[in-house]
Amino acid sequence: MAKLFKPKIISANDLFDGDVVYMNSGYGWTRKLAEAAIAHDETGADALLAQAEPQQDKVVGPYLADVALDDDGRPFPTHFREKFRTRGPSNRKDLGKQATNPERREPLAASGGI
Amino acid sequence: MYRYDEFDAAYVKDRVASFRRQVERRIDGSITEDEFKPLRLMNGLYLQLHAYMLRVAIPYGTLNSRQMRALAMIAQKWDKGYGHLTTRQNIQYNWPALKDVPDILDALADVEMHAIQTSGNCIRNVTSDHFAGAAADEIEDPRPTAELVRQWSTEHPEFLYLPRKFKIAVTGSPNDRAVTKAHDIGLRMLRNDAGEPGYEVIVGGGLGRSPFVGKVVRDFLPKTDLLPYLEAILRVYNLQGRRDNKYKARIKILVHETGIDELRAMIEDEFAKLYGPSVAADPDEVARIEAYFAPPTFADLPATSDALTQAKAADADFAAWVDVNTDEHKQPGYTIVTVSAKAIGEAPGDLTTAQMNVLADLAEQFSHDELRISHEQNAILPHVKQDDLQAVHAALAEAGLATANANLISDIIACPGLDYCALATARSIPVAQDIQRRFADPVRAKAIGEFKIKISGCINACGHHHVGHVGILGLEKAGIENYQITLGGDHTETTTIGDRAGPGFAFEQVGPAIERLVDAYIELRNGDDERFLDTYRRLGLDPFKAALYGEPKQEAA
Repeated sequence: MAKLFKPKIISANDLFDGDVVYMNSGYGWTRKLAEAAIAHDETGADALLAQAEPQQDKVVGPYLADVALDDDGRPFPTHFREKFRTRGPSNRKDLGKQATNPERREPLAASGGI
Repeated sequence: MYRYDEFDAAYVKDRVASFRRQVERRIDGSITEDEFKPLRLMNGLYLQLHAYMLRVAIPYGTLNSRQMRALAMIAQKWDKGYGHLTTRQNIQYNWPALKDVPDILDALADVEMHAIQTSGNCIRNVTSDHFAGAAADEIEDPRPTAELVRQWSTEHPEFLYLPRKFKIAVTGSPNDRAVTKAHDIGLRMLRNDAGEPGYEVIVGGGLGRSPFVGKVVRDFLPKTDLLPYLEAILRVYNLQGRRDNKYKARIKILVHETGIDELRAMIEDEFAKLYGPSVAADPDEVARIEAYFAPPTFADLPATSDALTQAKAADADFAAWVDVNTDEHKQPGYTIVTVSAKAIGEAPGDLTTAQMNVLADLAEQFSHDELRISHEQNAILPHVKQDDLQAVHAALAEAGLATANANLISDIIACPGLDYCALATARSIPVAQDIQRRFADPVRAKAIGEFKIKISGCINACGHHHVGHVGILGLEKAGIENYQITLGGDHTETTTIGDRAGPGFAFEQVGPAIERLVDAYIELRNGDDERFLDTYRRLGLDPFKAALYGEPKQEAA
């Protein structure tokens, strides 16, 4: 039986300020995981990565990361490292994405949160 | 303090100008990240989980008020109002924008600071005893040696592409506060039977995934032979060190695989072949450097201060702080103040802009304009009159810097961990914060006594967990954070790698486990003066292992 494919998104760091970014369906970059393009199979994942890797003038180190999907089809991270990347330092709620984008906490709750 | 000469100043400014052009070329797309990464790392610029991070060297941990004010200004103007003191006497800024980094480096160069040698496979920022120039037990100030090594090693053409990074530490005291036995090279200043100054040279220490205590490669090296001997060690390492496997590339592995006796023979052979006078430092240059570290002009004071005695009698909090956070100075009537950057519940080693400015003011007013940064992530006011301690304490208290916990259980070393670091496998800071809160009561903490907890968020061991009395190592296990505990480590002249206690603990189980461990220690210790480390050495792992795992509900992962 074929290995079950886990949905994936592309993440990277913004070249200019290092912030966590995600590739959207127009092959541009968003700072919100909810807006990330989702690959549902191996071919789709390869295609996204092929679009991301040449964009060195915008981002650093693009890679595929596993996500799970909530009931509305929105992605949320499955690994705790990726959960932290959607938020910022856990000891400083006033810094990082969590400081300016508190709604980011919503989808995380579905994954058990941290 | 050392002052840049024209060469130093021009060199650092030139480096900034080069990096400015490199950043411009990266931003305009002329160079790729693969091309840019080694260039930015040579200038201390990392890319972390959420942002860039700039690591600034504080050579041998010494700085003056002007430099501290510049660090504060940088935090305010280009970062988020704070900096993080590291275990290698650096300060890290966690949020700089790429385009601003050249301006930051220029601001640093204006106060004779830089971010060179804070990354890459070169000889890194030389570290030293944070009580250097002040400690009562000091044989000789180690900083002229550290400065000489800094000058020799900066951009040394032969050693820019070593198999791996290379860290040197120097201590001038028999009580080693610079962790020399856990460095690639440790230099311990001493005198031979004829009273001549020299060094015991230790090689091959290191922590990380393969911890080793350094071995003595030379019992006594005359001071004048320092640079030729270092050159010989580096040359042997550069040729013999492994380049096939990153994890086996440090000199500690070479020492381990080759054996210290064979390696010593190779080093001595190389040393004999070198034409020493061509490598040895010019005595005039050594004298020039040493002159910068001449002690300040101390006042002639009685050994004990009546003002201090009276103030302690009148104020119990102040008295407790003096007892815990001051150390014996070599000059009568003076003391060394450890300023804790470990307020209960705060990230270990974080200082705000306001706190940095207060430290600068206090250094200027009360400590001959000198500050030190310790590898234990605290700040030091090295030359404070006992008469002035009350005023210093009051100013520190107002800035949230008067926590009386130096060397106590809440004076925890913690690396940035997964809250910031791209290499981390688990968080460190919240583990430290939880333990601090559990032992927030200063009376209880003092009753527990010296208790060194050191936390790393990955196997690279920036948090020195192997040499903590209690070491905590954060790993990932089955998709969650998991923490291994080691016991009995020691970072001093009797360096010991701690023993792994057993299976790891989940994040929320670490604090309760430490509480059980401490309760057991209090129960088992042979009098109030027996430190945890001494009790551990007397009784071994078993009773403490039983305490750590004693709770029936603990979930051994």
